[in-house]
Amino acid sequence: MDRKLTGNLFKIPYYLWIILFVVGPILLVLYYSFFDIEGHFSLTNYQKFFTPVYLKMTFSSFWYAFLITAITLLISYPVAYLLTKTKHKQLWLLLIIVPSWINLLLKAYAFLGIFGTYGAANSFLKIIGIGQKQILFTDFSFVFVSVYIFIPFMILPIFNALDELNPALIDAANDLGASKWTTFRRVIFPLTIDGVKSGCQVTFIPALSLFMLTRLIAGNRVITLGTAIEQHFLVTQDWGMGSTIAVFLIIAMFLIMVMTNTRKRGV
Amino acid sequence: MKNLVRFFLVIAVSSALILIAISSLNSSQGYSGGNTLTVYNWGDYIDPALIKKFEKETGIKVIYETFDSNEAMMTKIQQGGTTYDVAVPSEYTIDKMRHENLLIPLDYTKLPNLKNIDKRFMDLPFDPDNQYSVPYFWGTVGIVYNPSKLNGKKITSWNDLWAPDLKNEILLIDGAREVMGMGLNSLGYSLNDTNKEHLLEAKNKLDTLTPNVKAIVGDEIKMLMANEEASIGLVWSGDASEIMSENEHLDYVVPKEGSNLWFDNMVIPKTAKNIDGAQKFINFMLDPKVAAQNTEYVGYSTPNKAALKFLPKDVVNDKRFYPSPELTKKLEVYENLGKKNLAYYNELFLQFKMHRK
Repeated sequence: MDRKLTGNLFKIPYYLWIILFVVGPILLVLYYSFFDIEGHFSLTNYQKFFTPVYLKMTFSSFWYAFLITAITLLISYPVAYLLTKTKHKQLWLLLIIVPSWINLLLKAYAFLGIFGTYGAANSFLKIIGIGQKQILFTDFSFVFVSVYIFIPFMILPIFNALDELNPALIDAANDLGASKWTTFRRVIFPLTIDGVKSGCQVTFIPALSLFMLTRLIAGNRVITLGTAIEQHFLVTQDWGMGSTIAVFLIIAMFLIMVMTNTRKRGV
Repeated sequence: MKNLVRFFLVIAVSSALILIAISSLNSSQGYSGGNTLTVYNWGDYIDPALIKKFEKETGIKVIYETFDSNEAMMTKIQQGGTTYDVAVPSEYTIDKMRHENLLIPLDYTKLPNLKNIDKRFMDLPFDPDNQYSVPYFWGTVGIVYNPSKLNGKKITSWNDLWAPDLKNEILLIDGAREVMGMGLNSLGYSLNDTNKEHLLEAKNKLDTLTPNVKAIVGDEIKMLMANEEASIGLVWSGDASEIMSENEHLDYVVPKEGSNLWFDNMVIPKTAKNIDGAQKFINFMLDPKVAAQNTEYVGYSTPNKAALKFLPKDVVNDKRFYPSPELTKKLEVYENLGKKNLAYYNELFLQFKMHRK
């Protein structure tokens, strides 16, 4: 009896946290989404969301988030695999993670310098004879910088999954005559799929609502839902419309969480 | 575990040491006394020597705090908590603050130096009869450009930006009123137009500018223009003077069709505790010699008519920053258009941003 009571007491801070900082804000966002700019209760925000402007924005958010996730995965999986083969793998892993400790804004500003007309990237292009190109404020620079930022978050779960893989299984596959490709396709990849899923999750979901990079690196040539939310809250002060977009973003994120859920796989 | 405890201990001890150092430094400079004045202003927007001078003349200690956007400043004042005695918001924010009762009316008997202010800049719609605010600096919205990169071509009007040979050469500031205003002005409409057809027409015209627009950016525009990332930029005159002091190849022009006229005014917010000191400070800043010294330091245009004769001739006669009366007549101050119209401006601006080449 006593033990049960203290057990429940310990749960109180946890529930309080969840209610105050997770459930509460989501309900508030939902509540605000039903008010138009003049504070009247209405569904106009939802009607407005289903106009070409916002649908196009939704599409481009998903498209860029998909591109960023796919490229990040393509780079990260081989890197994580090679890392597990190196001698000082913890050291190498640390070197890859260190850049993620530096503030995102600082890294973005650094890229402004590197990618600028007279920056390092263009000097290099000139030396190898390609000549000056516009790099900053293009789709390329936006995807490049985003991928750079998300790589550590993708490598980490994949690395952990690969590291936990029992090497005996690979030996067994070899003994049974599987080629290297077949071993990868039938043994290694399926056994590390959980790492890939959580890597994609931590990349795709934040990538959906990137907004600072869209201005700094893409010069507002890429408009995502995150950009629109920022503008509605800070400039227009149309909290209703901002909340409505946020509601759709939350739904999208929830669906992705369900789709990439790693726990409920059968044996 | 032991390491973790030690880690937190080191952080806690060093934070405590820093706090002690701050408070001892503050008290050694006499900040703890009751006679202080907190000035809330934009970063690097006053000559620090003038603060020293004011402190010496009045014996009031000035605490100078800075903000980087009107919205952030207004939120802080709304929340209270900190006592700001003088603040320097822009005109549209003054209008909002006035309506939300965040300002204390000025006492004119304590501001004899107010007579130095140019009558042109008094009694404007955002603060009728200057009940709450006194002009600090003013300026325009215009085009900063690099003649050497444009083969000596001169930019004189908004419509010059639509020239086909300017592909990918223009940077725009990320402001709905500024960019939409450019579209409206280029068509000969008012900056405060709320006619939906006119606004749509302006947006459609802006869409045709898209091939020339390299990017729509925030404060980075200063750095990007100074680094010659593009040859044309839509900026506020204040930013332009900063850009031009960093890169002397650049020039600034207020387009002949007209443009925006903006103000940063001194106000006494509701949070003020030292109202008497605040009046003294405002009056001090309106002194012609003080205003002239401040103008030389900041580099913006002063509304203080009496200060002009203490400024170098080439500053006062610079038509780019002190435009001729006939051009000034074409300049408009932003009116508070109300939330609904502002939302429409932003909606169109968002659509313009999404328009791809």
